[in-house]
Amino acid sequence: MTKQQANWSPYDNNGGSCVAIAGADYCVIAADTRMSTGYNILTRECSKITKLADKCMMASSGFQADVKALQKLLAARHLIYQHQHNKQMSCPAMAQLLSNTLYYKRFFPYYSFNVLGGLDSEGKGCVYTYDAVGSYERVGYSSQGSGSTLIMPFLDNQLKSPSPLLLPAQDAVTPLSESEAVDLVKTVFASATERDIYTGDKLEIVVVNAEGIRSEYMDLRKD
Amino acid sequence: MFRNQYDTDVTTWSPAGRLFQVEYAMEAVKQSSAAIGLRSKTHVVLACVNKASSELSSHQKKIFKVDDHIGVAIAGLTADGHVLSRYMRNECINYNFTYESPLPVGRLVVQLADKAQVCTQRSWKRSYGVGVLVAGLDESGAHLYYNCPSGNYFEYQAFAIGSRWQAAMTYLERRFENFMDSSREDLIKDALISVRETLQEEKLQISVCTVAVVGVGEPFHILDQETVRKLIDTFEIVREDGSPAPEPGDAAPDLGEAAPAAAAEEGAAPMDI
Repeated sequence: MTKQQANWSPYDNNGGSCVAIAGADYCVIAADTRMSTGYNILTRECSKITKLADKCMMASSGFQADVKALQKLLAARHLIYQHQHNKQMSCPAMAQLLSNTLYYKRFFPYYSFNVLGGLDSEGKGCVYTYDAVGSYERVGYSSQGSGSTLIMPFLDNQLKSPSPLLLPAQDAVTPLSESEAVDLVKTVFASATERDIYTGDKLEIVVVNAEGIRSEYMDLRKD
Repeated sequence: MFRNQYDTDVTTWSPAGRLFQVEYAMEAVKQSSAAIGLRSKTHVVLACVNKASSELSSHQKKIFKVDDHIGVAIAGLTADGHVLSRYMRNECINYNFTYESPLPVGRLVVQLADKAQVCTQRSWKRSYGVGVLVAGLDESGAHLYYNCPSGNYFEYQAFAIGSRWQAAMTYLERRFENFMDSSREDLIKDALISVRETLQEEKLQISVCTVAVVGVGEPFHILDQETVRKLIDTFEIVREDGSPAPEPGDAAPDLGEAAPAAAAEEGAAPMDI
């Protein structure tokens, strides 16, 4: 008699890929806009990127219901922070908050693979990458989602930042310019779209820099 | 009001059908520095008198932003006001989380009133010692409410609470019929004049008052000192010859004369951030 298994799962994977790259004074966050379930497409125009604070954006792939719930929760927490401290949350502060929020549901996790990107308190680009239960690390670049296995090695090849274990500590941000980083993101997504069936339709790119936040879109293959 | 045998507990009625503890709580509101609210069809303005316990200290914060579309001004025990503001902020955040739309002002005010009422019917509690002027905007327009420690609330075109509130009310009663169609600037000027009415001997300076606005297309925010100073200057609240200030809507007097005495002693109080 084999053990009974659940025939219903509270989770679903809506696919998609996210990328973030940190520069000296900017940060690029990008994600495709396809939302799928199984072999079907639910929509070609769903944004995975949200603004958490003035200089802090989050891109999440995975189960979009959990992603949406997580985004709402963080937005509410940010509002409370603003009431109490009379200022916006910094990116590192938001990074810690996200980690704690994820771990809070350690035993029924948010099926959400997140990448946080923005400017730190000194105005330098920063990227934080997470797993589903809140383990996080500040890095120079990262990717998450269904296409991450295809994207990450390519980013390593182009941007490999020194390991944080190397002494003396070196800046992990890329020396590339803002437009070069945006071009790299476009290239990376075009390649991932070729081989990952869950990535495609349209690419949403958000750039955070000292002037503010701007968005850009690029079409991807729709098959 | 003098002490009597029915005023010890909030849960004791007097033979005349009064709850003295609740009325004493409302006294606390009357003793504090003034807060004033006015509204038009599209905007609501809150203004309050800042009182600092000494020249060395900062003044108490009496105006709180509750949400983008709601703000409050309090008079009374500021600590109680702070707690109630936190409650209101939480309610707005939770409502927005569930319904993805702003909490209607009328709903918030009722919740606040019911919260105050609870304290009037528990032997182990005391009333909140703070009157709250709630200024807000929702789909049904601009609103100004006054929440009392007793748990009562009313909607107002304009209202003043705190010490020397009668002086401000006299001015507001004279002018209130114009408010509905007032422009934003005129509304703010009326608020500043009302504040001046409560000040009597003192001059109206930016260090003494705080003004906040919420309106259509304008989230609730406290006006910065510079803006308030310019507004005070533009209509010469205090003239050296003692004649009354020109009210908004009157023919504009020539602004060259009578160096505004208000500007002479301006400057933030120590520890004003």
